[in-house]
Amino acid sequence: MPIWNRKIERMERSELEQLQLERLQAVVNRVYRDVPFYRRKFEQLNIAPEDVQSLEDLAKLPFTTKEDLRDGYPYEMFAVPLREIVRIHSSSGAAARPIVVGYTRNDLRHWAEQVARILSAAGVTKDDVVHIAFDYGLFTGGFGMHYGAERLGASVIPVSVGNTERQIQIMQDFRSTALVSTPSYALYMCKVMDEMGVSPASLYLRVGLFGGEPMSESMRSRIEDRLGILATDNYGVSAVMGPGIAGECELKEGLHINEDHFLVEVVDPKTLTPLPEGEQGELVITTLTKEGVPMIRYRTRDITSIDRRPCRCGRTTARMSPVRGRTDDMFIIRGVNVAPSEIEALLYQIENIEPKYQVVLERENGLDYLTLNVELAPHMVTDQMQRLVELEETIKQRFHRVIGLTPRVKLVEPKSLENVDRSNRVIDLREKQQ
Amino acid sequence: MLKLQSVVAYYGRILALKGVSLHVDRDEIVAIVGPNGAGKTTVLNTISGIVPPRSGKIIFDGKDITGYPTEALVEMGLVQVPEGRQLFAEMTVYENLMLGAYRRSRAAKKSEVAADLERVYSIFPILKERRTQLAGTLSGGEQQMLAIGRALMSKPKMLLLDEPSMGLAPLVTKSIFKVIADLRKEGTTVLLVEQNAKAALAIAKRAYVMETGRIVMEGLASELVRNPEIQRAYLGMGYRQIMEQPRNV
Repeated sequence: MPIWNRKIERMERSELEQLQLERLQAVVNRVYRDVPFYRRKFEQLNIAPEDVQSLEDLAKLPFTTKEDLRDGYPYEMFAVPLREIVRIHSSSGAAARPIVVGYTRNDLRHWAEQVARILSAAGVTKDDVVHIAFDYGLFTGGFGMHYGAERLGASVIPVSVGNTERQIQIMQDFRSTALVSTPSYALYMCKVMDEMGVSPASLYLRVGLFGGEPMSESMRSRIEDRLGILATDNYGVSAVMGPGIAGECELKEGLHINEDHFLVEVVDPKTLTPLPEGEQGELVITTLTKEGVPMIRYRTRDITSIDRRPCRCGRTTARMSPVRGRTDDMFIIRGVNVAPSEIEALLYQIENIEPKYQVVLERENGLDYLTLNVELAPHMVTDQMQRLVELEETIKQRFHRVIGLTPRVKLVEPKSLENVDRSNRVIDLREKQQ
Repeated sequence: MLKLQSVVAYYGRILALKGVSLHVDRDEIVAIVGPNGAGKTTVLNTISGIVPPRSGKIIFDGKDITGYPTEALVEMGLVQVPEGRQLFAEMTVYENLMLGAYRRSRAAKKSEVAADLERVYSIFPILKERRTQLAGTLSGGEQQMLAIGRALMSKPKMLLLDEPSMGLAPLVTKSIFKVIADLRKEGTTVLLVEQNAKAALAIAKRAYVMETGRIVMEGLASELVRNPEIQRAYLGMGYRQIMEQPRNV
């Protein structure tokens, strides 16, 4: 099993911690000097950069949240002048103010190195043909994986997303051996292959690196069975870097974190106190080398646990468990992570309804169902049965396209969901119905 | 080989080091660059026992040497070549060199010392030519060679070099830095403090950038040399921007 950077990935913990301390102090000094947001936060907490004398002192530092980054739209969080930024990525999404991240030349070099390590951990080498079916654009996934695969020396196909039939054609003709995509897209490809009459066995794929959304174990085994490949789980956060923060090795016993670039903590999402190793909590990341937009204690809202024991693969870097949950409003149904904001965004695009809704999660005979109550627009008269049926169908289809599962849709009278707020937007009855 | 962990030190009453952490691996040249008054020399003086650290830890060869006296460190193979060289001007080149061997001359065989002397002469042939000359009559470059040569006579595992290019003409600096690079190849680890960032980054593998008693950047020298901030501040490329209240656009 190849290890891309043997010196770093097999470093003794005491040496790694020395490196982390040096880099932590340097980045803290830089953000204090260069980012007014952090200087303000430090001053509010009455701490100076020199108060960070050990890795444990990280706990004294302020957190950074997604809201902070939104408030800093577009360039407030940047630590260097724009002329030193050579790439800008941004979160997509319906949010009015997305999160903007800038990368210096050095950041891009480090990013490619991080991704190369993760590809290498999954067994990808320069002999592979890497099919990257992540969006190339503002999203960090496509370009992030791309430059890492190039650094590795693989033959990279920047397919991006869409036109699945053509993608399958390319996989056949170009003899793609490694697939990079979201797990749900891999399963969708399987479906399209069935429709096209293409047998996955006729492909050359041997490994897949999946990310961009949580991959449940059942999804993983379906992908592995249907495509006949090894499927690894990978973790990235666009606000922090993008892909390359962590990824599984071929043993699939947790995601190896690039700890020389990212200092990780797991905190109790309510009290925000750091939790002991092995306990589940919210992942918090501090960037150690980033120049463009360094992050101090970024709250990812992702739930994981950390294992610092060396892996059987020979790497000594800490491993995080696959992320299956979020601390904010997201809920998981049938292995699909659903953010209420996504539902809201898709309802906005449908006419004749109000984007007012309530989700009810239920369990029947061991299967989970999602019922979506949606408020009709006032001008919709309920006796037009045909139109209502069509409307329900439209919602189901849109929902399926965006979220990946089909809900039960119930159209309700105008103004009947007026009392729905954040506290009762999602009603989860599944535990009671077990 | 050498590790500093959050070293705090005062220079007189001034807080000169505000928690400095760095490391040097075996057979590496590591540079500390930064403006005058950043605390670079204090880092070396703290390592070599001249300035006692207020807090923090210094580890050399796996041993905690925080607060060790200079003599003990020289015996362990950690030797500083001070800024301004501090030679004995009224002594000959040969006598200055033999002082470097003083710590070990009792234990070491005469033949060994003689061999080391020949090694220093082979590295700096000019010192052999001038061996009977008084140190005070040497040129700046020759004095720097003598200072390094004297340090080499104590058979160091690691050299701490303080501003070796100070006051030297560019060509002389070049030849001194060539020698430093050669020393590393022969197994001497080097921590180098320099205001001449360009020369230092050219021979170092890694570097730390210091500013007002703090390290603000670290990384491969090859990366730092291309860093726009370093280029502006220390390599004389473009103008330095005052970074206290950055304007990003």
